[in-house]
Amino acid sequence: MNRRLPDGGRIDRTQPVRFRFNGKEYGGFLGDTLASALLANGVLLVARSFKYHRPRGIWSAGAEEPNALVTVGTGARREPNTRATTVEIYDGLVANSQNAWPSVGFDIGAINNLLSRFFSAGFYYKTFMWPGARGWRIYEHFIRRAAGMGKVAKTADPDRYERIEAFCDLLIVGSGPAGIAAAQTAARSGVRVILVDENAEHGGSIARGAIDHASELREWASGALAELAGLPDVTVLSRCTAFGYYDGNVLGLVERVSDHLAAAEEGMPRQRHWIVRARQVVLATGAIERPLLFANNDLPGIMSASAAHCYLSEFAVCPGGEVVIYTNNDSAYSTALAFAPHASVTLVDTRAEPAPKLLAACRRADVIVRTGAVIRRAIGSRRVRAVAIENYANIGCDLLLTAGGWTPTIALHSQAGGRPVYAAESQCFLPGVARESWVAAGACNGAFDTPTCLEQGRFAATRAIEAIGVTPATIVIPACTTRGDMIPGPQPVPHGKCFVDMQNDVTTDDLDLASREGYRSAELLKRYTTLGMGTDQGKTSNVNALSLLAKSRSESVPDIGVTTFRPPYTAVTMGAIAGRKQGRHILPTRVTPLHNWNEQHGALMSDAGLWKRALAYPRGDENRQAAAIREAAHVRSAVGTCDVSTLGKIDIQGPDAKEFLERLYVNRWSNIKPGKARYGVMLQDDGFVFDDGTTSCLDENHYFMTTTTDRAEPVLRNIEYLLQVVWPQLRVHVCDMTDQWAGIAVAGPRSRESLQPLFADAITSLPFMGVVDVSYGGQTVRVVRISFSGELGYEVYAPSGIGEELVQELYLKNDSPGIAPYGLDAMDILRIEKGHVTGAEIDGNRTLADLGLARMARSDNRFLGAAMMKRPGLVDDRRPQLVGLEPLDPAQAISAGSHLVVESRPREPSASLGEISSACFSPALNRHIGLGFLRGGEGLHDSIVYAANPLGGTHIAVRVVSPHFFDDKGERLRG
Amino acid sequence: MIRIPCPHCGLRDHSEFTYLGDATVSRPPDDDAGDWTSGSRWSHYLYARDNPRGIHEEFWHHGWGCRAWLVVTRNTATHEVIDSKLAREREVQS
Repeated sequence: MNRRLPDGGRIDRTQPVRFRFNGKEYGGFLGDTLASALLANGVLLVARSFKYHRPRGIWSAGAEEPNALVTVGTGARREPNTRATTVEIYDGLVANSQNAWPSVGFDIGAINNLLSRFFSAGFYYKTFMWPGARGWRIYEHFIRRAAGMGKVAKTADPDRYERIEAFCDLLIVGSGPAGIAAAQTAARSGVRVILVDENAEHGGSIARGAIDHASELREWASGALAELAGLPDVTVLSRCTAFGYYDGNVLGLVERVSDHLAAAEEGMPRQRHWIVRARQVVLATGAIERPLLFANNDLPGIMSASAAHCYLSEFAVCPGGEVVIYTNNDSAYSTALAFAPHASVTLVDTRAEPAPKLLAACRRADVIVRTGAVIRRAIGSRRVRAVAIENYANIGCDLLLTAGGWTPTIALHSQAGGRPVYAAESQCFLPGVARESWVAAGACNGAFDTPTCLEQGRFAATRAIEAIGVTPATIVIPACTTRGDMIPGPQPVPHGKCFVDMQNDVTTDDLDLASREGYRSAELLKRYTTLGMGTDQGKTSNVNALSLLAKSRSESVPDIGVTTFRPPYTAVTMGAIAGRKQGRHILPTRVTPLHNWNEQHGALMSDAGLWKRALAYPRGDENRQAAAIREAAHVRSAVGTCDVSTLGKIDIQGPDAKEFLERLYVNRWSNIKPGKARYGVMLQDDGFVFDDGTTSCLDENHYFMTTTTDRAEPVLRNIEYLLQVVWPQLRVHVCDMTDQWAGIAVAGPRSRESLQPLFADAITSLPFMGVVDVSYGGQTVRVVRISFSGELGYEVYAPSGIGEELVQELYLKNDSPGIAPYGLDAMDILRIEKGHVTGAEIDGNRTLADLGLARMARSDNRFLGAAMMKRPGLVDDRRPQLVGLEPLDPAQAISAGSHLVVESRPREPSASLGEISSACFSPALNRHIGLGFLRGGEGLHDSIVYAANPLGGTHIAVRVVSPHFFDDKGERLRG
Repeated sequence: MIRIPCPHCGLRDHSEFTYLGDATVSRPPDDDAGDWTSGSRWSHYLYARDNPRGIHEEFWHHGWGCRAWLVVTRNTATHEVIDSKLAREREVQS
């Protein structure tokens, strides 16, 4: 049935649009929302409710919509739970009902409606807990399926989103009469203004029809908006929702840039996430019309009076021919008069004596008025057919409009303010005390008539501008009159199955039951009944629920409580929050100076924090493990190079540098001489090991520290803390050099001769743990003779800019098979063979003794962590200690993470005595080996324990050995 | 979305900083040998932290800026940042 009027409305009749809803093609016009286009086509039933699968239609004409949730788009662009009332149609739009099978017209799930007496408040909690603790886990899957809220796309979102940081003097949220008056005042005062509105059309109530003096106000608003658009310091955004108000007067906005277009233009994002830091904010967010409650108040064909008025005047859609309007205030009278030329209209007013002026106007327009009347029940099955009115005959109707008064939209105010204040006279909550720099104006501030809204908008901007220190300009606001008394009469006490929260199917019975069961606080009641917890966050239901409870307990509404508002005001797409931070742009990538060289040599890369590190350099069809084993063996037999540029490097200078190292590390530094390097271990304040590394003494007052890759930043931060906060009297300066130096480990029996062509004699006589700065191509290169692999080895540090050149030269001067790169995996094998610890062992829960390093600590206690390392729990000899582990079967692999137990039978309960921290296949020993922590491990060498890995299904006998598997006297590295 | 005035860098977004904790507790000397008991100064310093409501002094590190450690005076109830100074310029501990 065509419900479109022959003329009128702001739709563009020259631009017809075709779209599909539930598989059927419909027509509309540019400017239509999905809701207005469906109503124009006579489609009333658009959704099924969440719990009972009851038929539902369109309730509102805006963001508060509880019923008409649809899935828009297909494939990767499918978006569930969008509101048909805010979706603008375009050619080719595809939308579908959710929560219904096989179709929205015939939905099997509607059986729940017949069973509804079993689905009372707290139903899930009461029923699905059996049997015992596992109950919910058994049922959850089925319940989630039956009560789905639409399905998300499972493939990556193909659209582009942007994020913008903006700054302004005054942000105005809402471009209704108050917002526009505020914006004009601010713009003329010369401050930077951003004006945003969630709707496609600016104007608020002016653009929604339900207003007197509409044409004068429209003219004023369009003039003001045109003036604003022409000013360089003013930004006006439509389709832009302010969803969150955060500390520091920062608001999050989401602008739907191209959602309303069939195809985004070149370079146009789908949505834009604005982060606006405003010096002052005017919140002119308007108000939402509340439902009146009666049985079956959720039938399709029942909607808010203001929404119907909007569809009639803005979209030229008259959704019904026999209209009943149910009201408790004056706002519905203009709606009745607007519908009168297009339909038969009956007005049912709960008040005994509405203003005579209004009654006279109704008489003139042939609108029948029933005063002092209460609707008890709507009649109909899949749409409203009639209403039952107390003490009157039933009235047939195909459209039932309700006007239950206005609920100020105070979500943003509450996010950045004190508790909302209940205005008993207006029966609504008004904004509390501002905690951030905002001023409220208009309907959200309890001003329900246009003249006051305009005045408040001007006043709010004036106050905000004065607070900035600018002289406010004055504007002339248009003359208009008030629309009547918007203060609602009392809500009649509802009977029967009345839906308070239509989205979550919470009825008056549910609230009664919860109340009888003792759920008295508003917050508890909300969670128990799920009232207000849908995607609409109870925009149409919260106030009604609170006043019902207050009435049933004979308490006042504020005594019942207020629910808390949290961001976001309406749902925000994850894509908009992520913006361009997708894939590799989520975090910055750090590459070493040798990254290109590594890639050219076939390195298999992995992420280590932000770093890209070479794991192995497979040759031909070699896999990762085979490559690592070959590389490790090559280091032991010839010479290999490894990119160690990721190590933290800190330059330390100053007269007290040595004293500082002495306090920082547990071992002795006072006797270190220039030209020597030393291994050091540092503790956390709590006595656990923090990090280890090598520090070189370049000069009496100049040191070069290396840290592990993982701890580079925490160690530097701690050093800065110690020097700035704890020991500011120490004359020491530090500088992070991590990115300034490329680091290359050169290890293997032939490492010395491989370096000689580059550095000649400078390194020939370099002793073990010696350090020397040599000149290479006019630049300083630092060579430290040090070994992590247990072989004769050097770490060469070159300025980042020449790192790659130096490695190329090294390979050029050494015949290629003789020198080969090794990656992180091979380095791991080499250090496990030597029993050296890394981050796998130094995990923040190990003491020096746990790691076999107890002898390193000085006895003077003058180092970080000295006091706490002596706590009983940390010196307990039953603590797990570092051990080597060898599977009895040398070919049997063991895995890190396995627990060590004495129980030989798999899957038998057994206490864990520790765990394996690192494991590998050792080419030097031709067997699998591992390092781990075992209770009393040092005394258990040669005994057998079991490596239990129930996840992997293995239970492997291992022998406990010394962690130093290979060359434990260290003869090779001193060679 | 609070901003912290850094004495070196000016008013900067809090995302450039790392929070460390209470700046009003005094750190015991490191050579407080053997002072590990549960009521000891070290145990108290490490594990017994208050969670005050209202105006509070905290350490913040400007890691994505000048790398200075600051003592920031902040209202924990409102997140209002009242003052900041360089930790180095506090009274020096022995």
